[in-house]
Amino acid sequence: MDAVIENFPLLWGGFLRTLALFGIGAVGSLVLGTLVAAMRLSPVAPMRAVATVYTEWLRNTPLTLVLLGFAVVVPNLGLAPRGVDSQTAFFILAAIGLTLYTSPFIAEGIRSGVNAIPVGQAEAARSIGLGFGQTLSEVILPQAIRMVIPPIVNVLIALVKNTSVAGGFFVVELIGASRAAINARGDQVLAILLSVAVFYLAVTIPLGRLQTYVEKRVAVLR
Amino acid sequence: MRFRTATAVAAIAAAGALVLAGCTDSSAPEGDGGDNPTSEQVPYEDGTTMAELADAGSITIGTKFAQPLFGLAGPDGIPQGFDIEIGKIIAGQLGIAPEDIKWVETVSANREPFIESGQVDIVIATYTINDKRKEVVSFAGPYYEAGQDILVPSGNPEGITGPEWFQDNPDKTVCTVSGSTSLANIQEYTTNILEAADYADCLDPIRNGQAVAVTTDNVILAGLADQSDGEFEVVNNPFTAEPYGIGLNHDDTDFRMWINDVLEQSYEDGSWAAAWEATAGKVLDLPTPPAVDRY
Repeated sequence: MDAVIENFPLLWGGFLRTLALFGIGAVGSLVLGTLVAAMRLSPVAPMRAVATVYTEWLRNTPLTLVLLGFAVVVPNLGLAPRGVDSQTAFFILAAIGLTLYTSPFIAEGIRSGVNAIPVGQAEAARSIGLGFGQTLSEVILPQAIRMVIPPIVNVLIALVKNTSVAGGFFVVELIGASRAAINARGDQVLAILLSVAVFYLAVTIPLGRLQTYVEKRVAVLR
Repeated sequence: MRFRTATAVAAIAAAGALVLAGCTDSSAPEGDGGDNPTSEQVPYEDGTTMAELADAGSITIGTKFAQPLFGLAGPDGIPQGFDIEIGKIIAGQLGIAPEDIKWVETVSANREPFIESGQVDIVIATYTINDKRKEVVSFAGPYYEAGQDILVPSGNPEGITGPEWFQDNPDKTVCTVSGSTSLANIQEYTTNILEAADYADCLDPIRNGQAVAVTTDNVILAGLADQSDGEFEVVNNPFTAEPYGIGLNHDDTDFRMWINDVLEQSYEDGSWAAAWEATAGKVLDLPTPPAVDRY
């Protein structure tokens, strides 16, 4: 245990970076995912096609490949963020990669909620003269999202754990920090790994509790 | 009464047979006929690790599988390199042929756990000796003294001469592996450090301008430079001393002193130099062997 206490500043710094990756990834993928779901449902065929290709491509590519593309290919093309130091640049690239990777899962979750809404809702909205955007934002999505809170939170919990993959691409998050701690104190590897697991649980368990709370608050009563 | 006597006689006979079986000499180690000088019929004291290993006829050595020049596994999964050659010298002294050595891949995180749990007998894996590690395992050697150095693109466009250059240029990034001793050493000069998961990952950031140099032990850098076909070069100004040792069980002083004897003999009879020339010597000059530390 003393190995954990000794290296606590290191592990804490890694934990904060994991939280930052999760925060940016969660907000970004929720926004992007909703947009992609809306595009998938739109009456404009090219938008549906673009959204479908986007979803299929990013959902089926392993996260390691996506992050590899952002960490190696993007800087090679000269598109790395300028004006910041390398560590921040790679952090931004990893955050973008995680956001893009998680968004199709959110999009499909939202779309499954929309499919569960009785079609009469959309028909009624149309008959009172609401356009597509209004139907979606005023009638359909408020009901749909309330129904798919569990799958969405599922994806967010997976995102917390996926941030560890960024540790292989120049971002010193919790797993990267634990590697440093293990190298310094090779005799207490188990204690360090257990503490890392506790750090992750400190994020995912509250997420689960939040899910229960939000679910109860917004339950759709039929 | 008769039954009891018969049982007693049978028990004594069985005990006698066991005692006689235990008294037979364990077979003395035979010469392996290989390149390494072997001990001839040297009986080791019972109970020492040397006796156990010589009897078993095989030894398990932890080494690196992904370190050019020192421990690099080919497609067949058998590692080659200077650490492997040192392992063969030691095994040879136990009468164990190179084919009977079991090579296990050890990385930084599992070197001490493997030694402690007995999964490996010794670890020869670019293993730097330091006091922290001496609390957990013991070290024979050192058998080589590396130094931390800096790798730059060929021609050294930034004109990096040593770690002090980063003190004068704090906006330039240096790359190293997260959690390594190299990281701790370079942190004394700068905080602008890019941390990668592996040394070879550091080369791409240099190519696309995210970092200007890689820093770690000069032998690892020499391996990277060698594989890069002239794209990178080593500054050749080592600024630390990284003694590479052979890790083994913390309390096994007999084995440790014996390995130290083997190392000193290999310095004198030329087998250490031959091992170097066959592996790392293709890229680096032959150094003088360091004095072993008997602590």
